[in-house]
Amino acid sequence: MSLSITLTINGAERTVALDDPRVTLLDLLRERLDLTGTKKGCDRGQCGACTVLIDGRRVNACLALAVSHDGADILTIEGLARGGELHPVQAAFIAHDGFQCGFCTLGQIMSAVGLIAEGQAGDDPERVREGMSGNLCRCGAYAGITEAVLDAQRVLNEAGREQAA
Amino acid sequence: MNRFDYVRPATVPEAVAAASAPGAAFLAAGTNLLDLMKGGVARPSRLIDLGRLPGLDEIESLPDGGVRIGALVRNADLAHHPEFARRFPAVAEALLSGASPQLRNAATVGGNLLQRTRCAYFYDTASACNKRAPGSGCDARGGENRLHAVLGWSEHCIATHPSDFCVPLAALDAAVEIEGAAGRREVPLEAFHRLPGDAPERESVLAPGELITAVRLPGEAAEFAAHARYVKLRERTSYAFAVVSAAAALRLDGERIAEARIALGGVALKPWRARAAEAALAGARPGADAFRRAAEAALADAKPSGDNGFKIELARRIVVRALTLAAAGTPGRVPALPASPFAPTSGAAPHA
Ligand SMILES: Cc1cc2nc3c(=O)[nH]c(=O)nc-3n(C[C@H](O)[C@H](O)[C@H](O)COP(=O)(O)OP(=O)(O)OC[C@H]3O[C@@H](n4cnc5c(N)ncnc54)[C@H](O)[C@@H]3O)c2cc1C
Ligand code: SF4
Ligand code: FES
Ligand code: FES
Repeated sequence: MSLSITLTINGAERTVALDDPRVTLLDLLRERLDLTGTKKGCDRGQCGACTVLIDGRRVNACLALAVSHDGADILTIEGLARGGELHPVQAAFIAHDGFQCGFCTLGQIMSAVGLIAEGQAGDDPERVREGMSGNLCRCGAYAGITEAVLDAQRVLNEAGREQAA
Repeated sequence: MNRFDYVRPATVPEAVAAASAPGAAFLAAGTNLLDLMKGGVARPSRLIDLGRLPGLDEIESLPDGGVRIGALVRNADLAHHPEFARRFPAVAEALLSGASPQLRNAATVGGNLLQRTRCAYFYDTASACNKRAPGSGCDARGGENRLHAVLGWSEHCIATHPSDFCVPLAALDAAVEIEGAAGRREVPLEAFHRLPGDAPERESVLAPGELITAVRLPGEAAEFAAHARYVKLRERTSYAFAVVSAAAALRLDGERIAEARIALGGVALKPWRARAAEAALAGARPGADAFRRAAEAALADAKPSGDNGFKIELARRIVVRALTLAAAGTPGRVPALPASPFAPTSGAAPHA
C-alpha cells in the first residue's frame, strides 16, 4: 500500500510517498527528510526530546503517526531562525546557559515556543516550570531553562507590543 | 510494531462499520495506543483513524446547564476552555495534572477514558499477564506491586486504571455516549469501566466496534463549582501517574454540607466513586472530624494486593486533603502545580 501525504514543513510544502503507515512523524522527519534537529530520546512520549509544533501546537512527534497528519503545518527547530538571526527563544537559551550536552535542547526550545504561544504561564516561574515539565533534561539545566523561557517571553511580548503600536 | 491496514473513515457509521472486523482498533491521537504497539503489547491488524470524523471536537452547553464534550476534544482544549473550567473546575484541574503539555495537546477525551493500565507486567510481553494474554497468570502478584490496586481487585488482576480525568467525572455523574452497529446508547461513567473479576481482558462495557462519541456532564455537576478540587500524589512533582488521587466536591448550605461527591484514582481498575463517604458527609459540618470519618468510609473495604498497604492510609489522607481544599473554596485559577499536595495554600513556592 502506498499512502501519499502532503505536509507543510517549516514553510515549504513537501509531498511524501509513504510505503508503510507505521512511520511516526519523528521518523519521517529524521530518517526520510533529513531533518535530524528533532531528537529521539525515549520514543515513547516520556521525555519531550521530539517536540515539534503541529498546526502551532507542541506535541511529541514520536507518538504521532505521520499519515494521520496529512495536510498539517509542521514547525521544527530547523525552521525557527530567520535567515542568520536566531529566534528569541534560541538566543535566550544561549544567554542563560539553558543547556549542557544539548540533546534535550531542541525539544526544550520547541516546547518553550509552544508554551509562550499558549500564554498560560505568565511571568510565574512555577507556572513556567510546570509548563516545561514535559521536557526532561538529564544534565539538569533546568534553572537556566526557566530563566531563558521567562526572558524570551519578555522579548517576544515586547516585540508584539511594538508591532501593535 | 506489527503491520496494520490504515483506514480513515469520513463518518461515524463508516468508522463503526470498519471496526467490526476482528483485530480492528480505533486510533485517536495514539499517545497510548502507539506506545503499546511499539512494545508489541497491542497488535491491531487494522487501525481506524478517528481524526477526520466530523462533529466530535465540540464542547457544547446543554439546556440543563450541563455540557457535552465530543470524543475528539483534546485534553488541553477542554482544560483551558474558560466556561468549562469555571463550571467544572475539578475536571480542569485533573486534566492539567495528567501527562505533559505536549501529550495533553494531542490526547483526546475518548482516548483518555480508554487508556490502558500502567502495570509494568502488562507492558512487558515476557511476563505473565491475564489482561494482555488471558489465562497466562499475573506476574504482578508477588512481583513489584507497590502501586497496584487496594480496592476492587481480584486474584486474576490487581492493576489500576491510570486516568486522572475520569476521577472527577465519576464523582460528578458523567455519562458516556456510545455508538455502535446496533445504534446509540449511553452508560454512566461510573459503570463504564469493568472491575477485573475473572476476565481482566474485558476493560469496559464497550462491545467490539462500539465508538465513544461524547462525554456528558449534567447541570447539577456545576452546582459544586465553588468547592471542587482534585488532589494527586505523584512520585515526582509533575509528569507522573497518580500513586493515589481524589476528587472532592461539596455543595454547602450555610454551615453544613448539603451534598458531597468523592471519587478516588489510582486505587482500583476503575475510577472509584466513594458513595458511603459521600453519605457520611451529608448534613455534617465541614471539618477535620467529618472528613476523617468520610475517609474511613471510603476505604472501609480496602485491602492490600501486595506491598501496597501504605496506599490505604495514604488514600485516606488524600481524601481528607481534597475535602479540606474543597471546603476552603475553589481557587480563581487552577494552581501553578495542578492537584499537587505540595502546592502552596498561599505565598512562595515550596520547592526548586
Ligand atoms: C508519558 C505519559 C504520561 C502520561 N501521564 C498521564 C497522567 O498522569 N494521567 C493521565 O490521566 N494520563 C496520562 N497519560 C495517558 C494519556 O492521558 C493517554 O495516553 C491519552 O489520554 C490517550 O488519548 P489518545 O487520544 O492519544 O488515545 P489513543 O492512544 O489513540 O487511544 C487509546 C485507546 O482508546 C481507544 N479509543 C480512543 N478513542 C476512542 C473512541 N472515541 N471510541 C472508542 N475507543 C477509542 C483506542 O482504540 C485505544 O485503545 C500519559 C501518557 C504518557 C505517554
Ligand atoms: S495486575 Fe493485571 S495487568 Fe498487571 S500483570 Fe497482573 S493481570 Fe496483568
Ligand atoms: S522521543 Fe518523543 S517523548 Fe521522548
Ligand atoms: S542539556 Fe543535556 S539533557 Fe538537557
